[in-house]
Amino acid sequence: MSKDQTAKQEAYQKLQSKHELKRPVLKNCVKAFLVGGMFCLIGQAITYFYIYFFDFTEQTAGNPTVATMVFLSLLLTGFGVYDHIGQFAGAGSAVPVTGFGNAVISAAIEHRTEGFVLGVGGNMFKLAGSVILFGVFSAFVVALIKTIYLKIVGG
Amino acid sequence: MLIGKQSWAFQNKPVILETGVTGGPFESNGALPEDFDLLYDDLWMEQESYEKAHRLLMEKAVEIALQKGNVQKEDIQFFLAGDLTNQITPTSFAARTNAIPYFGLYGACSTSMEGLALASFIVNYGGAHYLLTGASSHNAAAERQFLYPTEYGGQKPPTAQWTITGAGVALVTRSEGLTGQFPYAVSATIGKVIDMGLKDPFNMGGAMAPAAVDTILAHFEDTGLTPDDYDLIVTGDLGEVGRETAYDLLQQRGCQMDKEKFQDCGLLIFKPDQPVLAGGSGAGCSAVVLYGHLLNEMKKGTYQKILVVATGALLSPLSVQQKESIPCIAHAVAIEYGTVC
Repeated sequence: MSKDQTAKQEAYQKLQSKHELKRPVLKNCVKAFLVGGMFCLIGQAITYFYIYFFDFTEQTAGNPTVATMVFLSLLLTGFGVYDHIGQFAGAGSAVPVTGFGNAVISAAIEHRTEGFVLGVGGNMFKLAGSVILFGVFSAFVVALIKTIYLKIVGG
Repeated sequence: MLIGKQSWAFQNKPVILETGVTGGPFESNGALPEDFDLLYDDLWMEQESYEKAHRLLMEKAVEIALQKGNVQKEDIQFFLAGDLTNQITPTSFAARTNAIPYFGLYGACSTSMEGLALASFIVNYGGAHYLLTGASSHNAAAERQFLYPTEYGGQKPPTAQWTITGAGVALVTRSEGLTGQFPYAVSATIGKVIDMGLKDPFNMGGAMAPAAVDTILAHFEDTGLTPDDYDLIVTGDLGEVGRETAYDLLQQRGCQMDKEKFQDCGLLIFKPDQPVLAGGSGAGCSAVVLYGHLLNEMKKGTYQKILVVATGALLSPLSVQQKESIPCIAHAVAIEYGTVC
């Protein structure tokens, strides 16, 4: 691309950015904080529920809590509510485990028309797959560092 | 006839005899529901997939246009249409249903005017007696292809636009033998691909504005007309960001006009309180607003001569992921309402 063309592009991008509607960052942060906090509050209530009514401890109540939260996310996604919460709350509904559930479930619903194997099976993790991959990989790296550190320095 | 560098003048006045316009649930709650011939209150439209629903929109629009024009589909020579879905299957499958010789078009959201320009050219030179041309889009079918699954809860920025659900089809014919007043195509300007280096697929209006401006200026240059010769200059789906930018750019390039005269189909179709962010978009957007609302307004006498500039972003999900910028295009057709013979 010629220099002249690039200069023209830059001039245009400057003009365009004048009219570009900006993300209301502060407002989005407040909304994300409130909605995200709400999800966590519900999660905490569910954890207490498992501790007081079932045979779980503070350490073991995490697994059924996550499963329950994902199940709630499944209902909200299936009934078409979660994407509206997402537009309102942004990171507030994307970061908690319910957001992970929504990414998996929405993809599964979306590709139902292409069949169970290549449709649902093949696409279910197309958004959440990288979360799992890089989550597991970074856990591996951290564990590796810790192990080496303990071997050398000694624990 | 070629005029100037990239425009055609249609001296034989190809007439838009009738139109068929269908829409979805969001459009029925929009600003122009009375300009649709058929509205569905559900995105699925009792079909098994969004793509089938998309096809149905097109099939019904064709059916309605034929019915209103009182023409049998055997009398139609060609069908020129397109949409946004991969390999334009909804349109091609609709062409399988109606069995009219078919040109599949892809110009993203500029397809409507690409089709009308070609249809007018063919009819003007006696290449057909009756032609059908149109474009369509389906919100969920476009969303799942270009962005994320429809139920995914990602937050879209305020510059993002809402793909409309709808199909607009026009029945174009020769003016000979017709008496009375009709909308007819006067001229068309074919745009070139413009890329100003914008990469954000959530800001299509900003990316497409220079293409619209380039085509509008080329149109005035080729035809020798000015904005004063038109009652309305309407872009396809620039939305809020694109309209403001394009208007600024036009002024910068010395093309002055009243801002009220410079409208956008993506802003006309929805009410301001609908959650559509920067406005409507999609291949069907300019098609349904022109073939529904604007032609009705012309028949009522609100406008006599309009210039419709449909804008398209020629990106694909692949090109976005490979970090390519967004090349854009715009085609313009001038339409006048009056006595044809």
